[in-house]
Formats: sequence, C-alpha cells, structure tokens
Amino acid sequence: MEFFLQPWPWYVSGPLIALVLLLLVLFGKTFGMSSNLRTLCSMGGAGKYADFFKLDWRTQRWNLTVVLGAIIGGFIASQFLSDNSTIALNPKTVLDLQEMGFSHVGESLLPGEIYAWENIATVKGLAIMIIAGFLVGFGTRYAGGCTSGHAITGLSNLQRPSLIAVIGFFIGGLIMTHFILPLIFVA
Amino acid sequence: MKYLKFLLVGIFFGIVLVKSEAVSWYRIYEMFKFQSFHMYGIIGSAVILGALFVWGIKKIKIKNIEGNRIHLPEKQKSVIRYIWGGSIFGLGWALAGACPGPMYVLLGTGVYSMLIVIGAAILGTFVYGVLKDKLPH
Repeated sequence: MEFFLQPWPWYVSGPLIALVLLLLVLFGKTFGMSSNLRTLCSMGGAGKYADFFKLDWRTQRWNLTVVLGAIIGGFIASQFLSDNSTIALNPKTVLDLQEMGFSHVGESLLPGEIYAWENIATVKGLAIMIIAGFLVGFGTRYAGGCTSGHAITGLSNLQRPSLIAVIGFFIGGLIMTHFILPLIFVA
Repeated sequence: MKYLKFLLVGIFFGIVLVKSEAVSWYRIYEMFKFQSFHMYGIIGSAVILGALFVWGIKKIKIKNIEGNRIHLPEKQKSVIRYIWGGSIFGLGWALAGACPGPMYVLLGTGVYSMLIVIGAAILGTFVYGVLKDKLPH
C-alpha cells in the first residue's frame, strides 16, 4: 500500500501510459485528448462559424467519457492515493524558481503563483491563464494533436509528422521556459 | 454500459498522471530546463513500449473488440503546420505546465482555476477552426 501512496517512478508510469494507448486501440479508438476541445466546440454550435466544427459530436462521446474518467481519476488520486509528499525536484530547479519569486516549490502539483484562485481577480493572473490555455488550444489543433496524439501515439507509430510536431513542442517550450517565464516572473 | 470501459480507462489515466507527477507544472518546467530525467523517462518508456505494442498489433494482425483490423490514422504530410502549431502548443504547454489531458485531471484534483485555462483552450481551438483556411498547412 505504501508504494501506491508514494509518487510512482517513471519506469512504472511510462509503461502504464502505453497501456492506456493499447487499451484505446483495442477498443477501436485512438489516444488523443485534445480532440475533445474540438468536440466541445461542435457541441457548443461552432459549426455555424466554421466547417471544421461540422462533425457529429455524438461519435466522440467515448472520448468525452475518457475525459470524465480522467477528472474522476484526478480526484481519486489526490484524495485517496497521495501522501502529500513534496515533489522530488532537482534542487537546482527549486533554486531557479525561488530566484524568480516562487515559494513553496514542489509542495503541491501546481504553483500558487499561477493557479491560486485569487489570481483570476488580477489582470496579470487572469492573462497568464487565458494566454496559456489559448496557446495550447490553438497550437494543438494547428499541429493536429498534443502530447497524447503526437508524442505518445504518433511516435509509437513511427510517424514523421509527429516527430516534427514534438520538435515544435520543444521549440515553443524551450522559448517559454528559458526566455519568457523569466520576464513574467521577476522576484 | 459500452461507455463504462472508457470511463475506467479515463480513471486509470487520471490516476497514473497524478501519481507520476506528469501533471505537475514543476515537472514540465524541470523537463524544459533539462534538469531531470523524470519526464523523459515517462514519455520515452511510454513510446518504446507503445511502439512495441503497435508493431505487435501490425505483426499478428490483431483485431479490435469490434472485430475490425486495427488501423492507426496517418497524419497529413507537412512540415510547416507541425513546426508552427507545435511551437505555439509548446509555448502554452510550458506556461500552463499542462497539456489537454492533464488539464482535465488537474480539475479533478480540485484546481478550479483550471476551468479558465480549459475555457481558453476551447476558445483557442475555436479560433483555429475559424482561421484554418488562412493558415499555412
């Protein structure tokens, strides 16, 4: 039981994610979480504005069900399967973040500096959340997939487009982490 | 009942993502700083085992539960859309510290401000859909 409550090492987690891919493929589907964003647009009537959203969202109900499960899974894991241990980050990472004004680094999954509920009442806090979400939603559809569709499924299927997309993920991620975050967060 | 298996896969996925800390903003930051092997180990081992699964499925021509041959959809051949789209996604991934899967999982862990991020992601997808024909693919 103790093992379940501790954070799981990468060599346990990675293969279990591959198992998710295998199960969905055996169920006649694919592993792609960002497709749900498009489905939600279609459900909201976005087909009136662009043909891209003219799809029968009912055919995607299975994937929305996976999303519902993921939410429940997040609840179960955080409520019943966590020992609330501090994330074992590289001490250098912790120091880098502290220099940018982050406190309580690694004590929870997300930094309060970005996700604290009070932040939605500040212009900067709200702007960070909206811009971050917008870039993810826009970019993932432009690239035709996200981490699950490209990095896990696409690379597993040895598809060159997915390799290019993952290179893109890193171009953007490295620019944000190394050049933009230090401008946003100044101690 | 036919949706139950998808619900269970989703729950399993959510638990694995929390327990692996792959939903942690800090782990994504650390990954892009190349200061830990953790995320590379997760994604790398998932891809290696996933590639073995896909290879095996093709090799023994296994059928899915609907009795059909398994066929993973091919992605459109292009470079520009993947570099541009991927880079824009990467900017958001490193800022939010979460990609679309973890966003839902984190909502379940009780981070309600994630609703703003998810709402903005839906808006981003909508704007892409509207501008699609004007963008280079």
